[in-house]
Amino acid sequence: MTTAQVPSKITPSLDLLKKGSPFVKTLGVILDFFTQDRLALMGAIIYAVFILVALFAPLIAPFGELEVIQDDVGIWLANEKPGPIFRLGTTNVGRDIFSQLVYGSRTALLVGFSAAIAVALLGTLVGLTAGYFGGWIETVLMRLTDIAFGIPFLPLIIVLVAFLKPSIWNVVLAMAGLLWRDTGRVIRAQVLIVKEKAFVRAARVSGASDLRIMFLYVAPSILPLTFLYGSMAIGWAILTEASVSFLGFGDPEVVSWGYMLQDAFVSQAMSRGALYWIVPPGVCIMLSVMAGFFIGRGFEEVLFPHLRRH
Amino acid sequence: MSGGILRYLGGRLAQMLLVLWVIVTVLFLIFRLAPGNPLAAYIDTTFTEDQQQGLMEKFGLDKPLWQQYLIYVKNLFIGEFGDSFLHRRSVIEMVLEVLPNTLYLNLISLLLAYSIGVVGGIILAWFRGTPLEKAGVTLTLMGRAAPEFWVGMLLLSIFAFNLTLLPSSGATSPGAIYETEWQKLASPDFWKHLVLPTTTMAFYLHGMPLLLMRSNMLEILQDDFITMGSLMGYTNWRLMVRHAARNALLPVVTALALGVGYSIGGNVVIENVFGWPGIGRLLVRAVASADYPLAQGAFFFIALFMLLMNFVADFLYGVLDPRVGSSARAKA
Repeated sequence: MTTAQVPSKITPSLDLLKKGSPFVKTLGVILDFFTQDRLALMGAIIYAVFILVALFAPLIAPFGELEVIQDDVGIWLANEKPGPIFRLGTTNVGRDIFSQLVYGSRTALLVGFSAAIAVALLGTLVGLTAGYFGGWIETVLMRLTDIAFGIPFLPLIIVLVAFLKPSIWNVVLAMAGLLWRDTGRVIRAQVLIVKEKAFVRAARVSGASDLRIMFLYVAPSILPLTFLYGSMAIGWAILTEASVSFLGFGDPEVVSWGYMLQDAFVSQAMSRGALYWIVPPGVCIMLSVMAGFFIGRGFEEVLFPHLRRH
Repeated sequence: MSGGILRYLGGRLAQMLLVLWVIVTVLFLIFRLAPGNPLAAYIDTTFTEDQQQGLMEKFGLDKPLWQQYLIYVKNLFIGEFGDSFLHRRSVIEMVLEVLPNTLYLNLISLLLAYSIGVVGGIILAWFRGTPLEKAGVTLTLMGRAAPEFWVGMLLLSIFAFNLTLLPSSGATSPGAIYETEWQKLASPDFWKHLVLPTTTMAFYLHGMPLLLMRSNMLEILQDDFITMGSLMGYTNWRLMVRHAARNALLPVVTALALGVGYSIGGNVVIENVFGWPGIGRLLVRAVASADYPLAQGAFFFIALFMLLMNFVADFLYGVLDPRVGSSARAKA
């Protein structure tokens, strides 16, 4: 027998599992829940819109994101109010705010998804290993998790990014290096429950190797949790990148929503009442973080109705 | 029972020291690996020959790395963080100077956020299933999702620049000098400066206690003793506030540790938006100007503050929940 035999009553989540390989099953769960939960569907739609905008950014944006727009005689069209040409006005050096917003979605998604994937992978591996093996391995890994929780997150990222050289990849790297802690802790707790189940014991008795049990028997049951924490991490990563950029440690070559807000802050857009510059990037950040929450909450309600989180 | 609590707190303290040691070591490594030679961590090229020599000796910079590490740890214990490159002043002096401002901002915001959270959670649980609950939850989620600095910028645009009701930056008006910390705290000027930063931070922090309180309340309202109470003819108020809310409060208190974690991150950003002369702003400025000793010192104190607050949260947890001592033993 090559595929894992998963009894259907382990956790509520498994009721939703379809037959097939673990990954097809997980896909089934994901599809099921998007059609079941309105909030989650909303979150998915928000991401879908951002993804479309990011993909077709050059078609949607009328100008380049760092292009300084000049009139016929070469004078910068700075601080233009929103109008038919500049839908959201221009910055203090004559850059089109709407175009920056459009290109900013690329940065946000790139940072959000790559950090989330790294966090989900790392956290799942740590949690799975700690929970499955127990003993000193568990002790070491869980102490490491405690330590990661004790380190001030944003300050460390600022210090790391500033010393490594400001680039979005260094921001992602620094975030992934700390944010796995939440996922790791929760996954371990779930592994402790799953590994006592009859089908896992049966596999052990029949001589399956540790790696085989971990990845073919235990992992499928915790994969939904991985997705839950992964989807929450997308929002956190976008928010963190925005904070880092706002504080001036972002990639100076890459326009992100945080970069736009820093630009607005530094050039005194607030005292000029340029809300058309300040409001849109913040709304975009907020929407993308909320979409992560919605998907996360949806996951939680459908998959783990009794799971208590803090 | 009290022995259990002591053992639990002892465990948390040991863990706190472990985390502190790791932070100190990571800091040592990061700042030694900083661009430039290892001396760059403490010695700026513009220091005079004498100053350089003095610092070399104080931090043992001519010795092998492991000896430098020992000297570094010893120096931390006696509060020796070197001198700021930019300000030519002792780092510890500069940090301690701004630390009170950070404490005021964080503690008042946390207090505000947790009060609003607890009361708001009860209100939303009371109006469960109504549009008011939905609106409240949505607003709270928005507060959790909106970047703090952006909320700060919006508040500044409205209240400081448009309506000019409140100051836009700093902890006191320019030129204002207070002889003692108490005089500063007693001045209306200081509190006026505090309004926007604390509002921003509390708006960000209130989400977790509020949502937690609400979901705890909803869960407890299903319990038999509540049904019993309502059968006995207790008023809704008595059931909600005296019976359900009391029980729902405990997990909210324990979540304080997490709240502190968020407040530290938020603190760095908010201090920079509002030009609040605290330790987060000190850190950002030091990092931006490659003032390594100052950055190191500021980071260390931020980490220490967070650990201490976590310990306080653990302590409250241990005191409030009699089960903690025994369960901690079982877990270990």
